[in-house]
Amino acid sequence: MDIDWKKIDDIADAYHNDRESLLMIMQDISDIYNYVPPEVIPVLVEKLGINPSLVYSVATFYKTISLEPRGKYIVSVCTGTACHVRGAEKIMDALEDRLHVKESQTTEDRLFTLEAVRCVGCCASGPVITVNQNTHGGLNRSSVVKVIDEYEKQHVS
Amino acid sequence: MAKLENRSALESYRNGLLAEQESRKKKLISLCAGSGCGAYGTAKVYDALVQELAKHGLQKEVTVKLSGCHGFCEKGPILVIHPQGIFYPQIKEDHIPDIVEKTIKNGELVQSLVYKDPATKEKITHEKDISFYKLQQRVIFGNNGAIDPTSIEDYIAVGGYQALEKALFDMTPEEIIDQVKKSGLRGRGGGGFPTGIKWETCHKHNGDKYVICNADEGDPGAYMDRSLLEGNPHLVLEGMIIGAVAIESNEGYVYVRHEYPLAVKNLSIALRRAEELGFLGKNILGSGFDLNIHISRGGGAFVCGESTALMASLEGMPGRPRAKYIHTVEKGFRNNPSNLNNVETWANVPVIIDKGADWYAAIGTERSKGTKIFSLVGKVTNTGLVEVPMGTTLRTIIYDIGGGIPNKKKFKAVQTGGPSGGCIPEQFLNLGVDFDELTKVGSIMGSGGMIVMDQDTCMVDVARYFLDFLKEESCGQCNPCREGITAMLDILTDICQGNGKEGDIELLEDLGMMIQKFSLCGLGTSAPNPVLTTILYFRDEYEAHIKDKKCPSGVCKPLFHYEIDEEACTGCTLCAKRCPEEAITGEKKKPHHLNLEKCIKCGICYDACKFDAVRIQ
Repeated sequence: MDIDWKKIDDIADAYHNDRESLLMIMQDISDIYNYVPPEVIPVLVEKLGINPSLVYSVATFYKTISLEPRGKYIVSVCTGTACHVRGAEKIMDALEDRLHVKESQTTEDRLFTLEAVRCVGCCASGPVITVNQNTHGGLNRSSVVKVIDEYEKQHVS
Repeated sequence: MAKLENRSALESYRNGLLAEQESRKKKLISLCAGSGCGAYGTAKVYDALVQELAKHGLQKEVTVKLSGCHGFCEKGPILVIHPQGIFYPQIKEDHIPDIVEKTIKNGELVQSLVYKDPATKEKITHEKDISFYKLQQRVIFGNNGAIDPTSIEDYIAVGGYQALEKALFDMTPEEIIDQVKKSGLRGRGGGGFPTGIKWETCHKHNGDKYVICNADEGDPGAYMDRSLLEGNPHLVLEGMIIGAVAIESNEGYVYVRHEYPLAVKNLSIALRRAEELGFLGKNILGSGFDLNIHISRGGGAFVCGESTALMASLEGMPGRPRAKYIHTVEKGFRNNPSNLNNVETWANVPVIIDKGADWYAAIGTERSKGTKIFSLVGKVTNTGLVEVPMGTTLRTIIYDIGGGIPNKKKFKAVQTGGPSGGCIPEQFLNLGVDFDELTKVGSIMGSGGMIVMDQDTCMVDVARYFLDFLKEESCGQCNPCREGITAMLDILTDICQGNGKEGDIELLEDLGMMIQKFSLCGLGTSAPNPVLTTILYFRDEYEAHIKDKKCPSGVCKPLFHYEIDEEACTGCTLCAKRCPEEAITGEKKKPHHLNLEKCIKCGICYDACKFDAVRIQ
């Protein structure tokens, strides 16, 4: 993994290297790489003046942070209550079939990571998935497959 | 625009904005840009609309406004044409040419796009006449559809920051607190603690005080805080600034979920604009009062909605709660007195200060005042955000506003209060919803999630679902919560898989009571509620799973199978065509047959059949 160290510096500086902002700093790093590369941890330890244990503790406590590489598109199936009663499980089944991965796995080509999330707050439009920051609602087994097809097409073209 | 240096500068600025609006009097198209409508494709509709208006040379004559959430999210994207108030639901980009040609240019309705009431089949042209909106009282949510959330000018023009002006110049901190106390406002985040009393206690303590907004809306099925922050961020900020004046705090935080990018974006814009105009920063409106507000993004941990966990998270630590022998109003964030309120609670404050405690206290029931926004979702016809006075009955909300249960199915229960709440059965539909009434039937108000469940929802599965959620979200510090929830979940999973045993129900009740009594924080003490209320009201479903090894609702896969009723089947072939496993065979117009060995119980045939011929056995 090639890391743009200048960017990492800029992100930490934008938060004044404030230890209280550790989670947000990691979120911003994650927005670039879709995960927090473990190589950056010693740098954060140094810049923020904190223990490595705190970085690992925060990184593993919060769901928005992953220390494992993830795909270009993070497909999150909402499993909030409203989506659950409207069949979120069927959406997950359809996606597992389509992408040939199980929940929390990444496709071999590193294009898609399939995840389950708790409530994305679009409860009236359930079942809902998000792909990176885009939300797709009112889905069923067949329309969700079409959503994935679209992203795959975008990537190829 | 330069800073507003004093109150008369604000007043003349507002008058200027109103005069300018009056002089324009242009046609206005308001297109909902909330997350619900966004999920159905607002962005594409917006692009098409702007292009089409330009094509007709109407871009100057007609303003297109991307507004906040209108609430009727089921029918998104929603488009409203002003001044007439013509309401077009479920708009797609190919509807746009017709709308511009007929409605904008010629003032005619596009009949095919007009909203049709699902019950009466009557066509309704105006937003205000639709039954979904008619019975609501939108005190907090009302301006969402009228303003562009990125425009502070829009907010000021509808009377925004008027209450702050009053609080800064006409009232003492004690008078503000007194008004909030008299209004009877109780916390909208779940606990229902009286807001005025919290403020009063925080005001008494000394130190660098903080005002904090809890926008870590983790309750699955509730999204009113998201819609408020996305659709009317200045309302929440104004409430916070008034709160800061009252408790005498000079620094504030909004703790918002990272998963709500639009809320973060609109809130950031609002903060910047409020600073530029002098509603935040040093010497606010020339009053001598200073306040800075920062955004802190949470990381997807349900427990961070708990006050002490939220403050730990603000400090850059994992969000683990602590025991509250000393309350956060005395020692909270950075060990200083901290006043934490939920988004909707803050949003109520400007209304109370502006219209007065007496006006506010006239709405609602004896011990629950004002309105409450509910997220009405699940198996209900009109899903969306609904704001009604406290005390409105479940029946009015679900049937009159929500339009009842779709697809001719039967109502089974309504789940309120999220993972800390309970499932309320049909016999309580006439219950007036307020903090105390919900507690009486074993549930809670919570943040206002209302998930409607029909005959196809299995109550044992729902209980299992919530415990599965809570097991993941338990921070793991205390044994009763960490081990207790896991033990209950194991039992429920066994029951759902057909391995339930005699005595399981009683064991669940015992475990539930232990967890309620001995957990450290609110997550644990309320965790057993979904299980205990479903046992209380739907014990027969548990018994069917355990004794008869049947799931009557057809959800728990090992405990049911589908069958085609030969007498009801008309041989329309729809199920056979849709079946992904080719498990259904039969000739046209003759009863079909389902091969159980091939069937994966996906339910597609059950959903597809128009004659109720596919049955759950």
